[in-house]
Amino acid sequence: MAEIVLDGISKRFDDGFEAVKDMNLEISDGEFMILVGPSGCGKSTALRMIAGLEDITEGSLRIGDNEVNDIAPRDRDIAMVFQNYALYPHMTVRENMAFPLKLAGAPAAEIKDKVEHAAETLDLTQHLDRKPANLSGGQRQRVAMGRAIVRDPKAFLMDEPLSNLDAKLRVQMRTSVARLQKELSTTTVYVTHDQTEAMTLGDRVAVMRSGILQQVGSPAELYDHPRNIFVAGFIGSPSMNFLPATVDGDRAKLAIGEVPLSDELRAEAASAGAGRDLVAGIRPEAFEDATLVGDARDRGITFRAKIDLVESMGSEKYAYFEVGHEGVASKELAELAEDAGLAETPSGGAGQVVARIEAASEIKRGDDAELWFDATTLHLFDVESGQSLRSA
Amino acid sequence: MKRGTREYTVWSVGMIVIIIAALFPVLWILSLSLKDPATIADGRLIPSEWTFDNYEALFTGGFDSPLLRPLINSVLIALISTSIAIVLASFTAYAIARLDFPGKLVILGGALAIAMFPAISTVGPLFDMWRNLGLYDTYPGLIIPYLTFALPLAIYTLVAFFREIPWDLEQAAAVDGATPFQAFRKVIVPLAAPGVFTAAILVFIFCWNDFVFAISLTSTNSSRTVPAALAFFTGDSQFTAPTGNIAAAAVLVTIPIIIFVLFFQRRIVAGLTSGAVKG
Repeated sequence: MAEIVLDGISKRFDDGFEAVKDMNLEISDGEFMILVGPSGCGKSTALRMIAGLEDITEGSLRIGDNEVNDIAPRDRDIAMVFQNYALYPHMTVRENMAFPLKLAGAPAAEIKDKVEHAAETLDLTQHLDRKPANLSGGQRQRVAMGRAIVRDPKAFLMDEPLSNLDAKLRVQMRTSVARLQKELSTTTVYVTHDQTEAMTLGDRVAVMRSGILQQVGSPAELYDHPRNIFVAGFIGSPSMNFLPATVDGDRAKLAIGEVPLSDELRAEAASAGAGRDLVAGIRPEAFEDATLVGDARDRGITFRAKIDLVESMGSEKYAYFEVGHEGVASKELAELAEDAGLAETPSGGAGQVVARIEAASEIKRGDDAELWFDATTLHLFDVESGQSLRSA
Repeated sequence: MKRGTREYTVWSVGMIVIIIAALFPVLWILSLSLKDPATIADGRLIPSEWTFDNYEALFTGGFDSPLLRPLINSVLIALISTSIAIVLASFTAYAIARLDFPGKLVILGGALAIAMFPAISTVGPLFDMWRNLGLYDTYPGLIIPYLTFALPLAIYTLVAFFREIPWDLEQAAAVDGATPFQAFRKVIVPLAAPGVFTAAILVFIFCWNDFVFAISLTSTNSSRTVPAALAFFTGDSQFTAPTGNIAAAAVLVTIPIIIFVLFFQRRIVAGLTSGAVKG
């Protein structure tokens, strides 16, 4: 067990592509750190540099007390779970899990004990003598985990370990990964492109984009105080709604109406200059069916919107409506849409807003409904830089 | 269900036809080898008189017998050629499959071109060269030309196999604490083995079956291989054709190939690598 420190790490490939740019990250002992971002953001490269599978172009990487830049993977005492599991097909489950111990020269009795203990933890005991080819996807995934945990390494590195499982199994494995990590309290770096996994698993989450670390913080921090429009749009599902906005005095003008600004926002908006084009970010749950809002009503504003579609999730409903604007032109948002495969869909978001409302709401498709918006949760971003005004 | 049955029947009939077409000549030669000279031309598949004289004749005279020395030559030359070809081709194929280096395509293209080259056109120059170099009628005199044709064959086969190996496994082994050599020996070699054995079988059969080089570049039994030696069989007298002896020798040369293939076939387990990675 050890802390991992990335100090100004950069990775330039031979063709000149810079996958990771000046990354600074301190992962403390026993922490579960998530690296998250759209594909191609450099998260896997960063992980592979920690593992030693990629050379570090610049910067210094420390595991525990030692700089490990020039140390071979085998001497870093880390264990890695690969996206495709990378099980040895010619070995049984037992041999797969025993492999790292055998290489370390552990006595046979100890190997047997450790493998059987790990198999028990992962519910693999009855499969120990089977070959990976005869296992289901979930079982293979567990063998890959088993191979990592038998050794009691300084750190676990996991490269999208759940992305090949089907949705239901993924959720199940997610909780067992979290439990396992808490039990072993081994420093863990976990790469994923799935923001749900990031939010639910991590002690802290590091959001990356184009090789640059955008923000590091607890899941709640990222959700409530995204530093820029990219983090805001990436974290949360359904994702944050973005509307063009201008600030005029103590009010922000949005397509849904004029929203009074909180003191904090007002000060920052003022310093940014009045009349400037901004982007307003509104979480879906900041909306509510106006008829269901009680005392909180004066915290926000109400407005009317024609509801295009209502999706009932059972515990809540998602109401979609258009607010008649062109959408927000932002590089970061375009990138997010592209990553989600939305770029080509006609109704891919421009002007469409989603509200998460209570299941008790009677709003139906086609209604001209009155909605309430909690003004205290408004986020404002600079169009040019994408930075949040709150943290500016 | 009905359609399935009919398809099954069609396929079965087709396969039986092909098997008969392929195996009938083999049966015929087996039958010839068991007939005595008097009935050899009777045109019957089942010999009326069974005899092993044809086989005995091949080995009478011990080391100077018509077949024993060529058989030893064949085995040794084919084995030596195969071993050298597989070792060299493994290195080459590994480099081609794993590394990016200038001239990679030239090597592959060159190998293919050489494999396509008609062997007969090299025989004349080789004959001259070998006599000047003292390689005529020696083992190396045959092994070298075999290698020129066996190497491209082996390289092509092995590149195809090596490309299929999930190299993530090497990295997994590195993280698990293996040195590069341990990763190669404990993970990559077992996975590459089926490919290596396949290439070995192909190369061995190529060397074993060669007639053109063997007949042109040898003059005595000191290096003559079986296919060439067959052409030098004589009958018991100058008036008898050595049909029975040739048939017996032909049956005998087939046996090592069958053993070789059967022995290594178990190693060529299709889908050995399945389950390594989630595809």
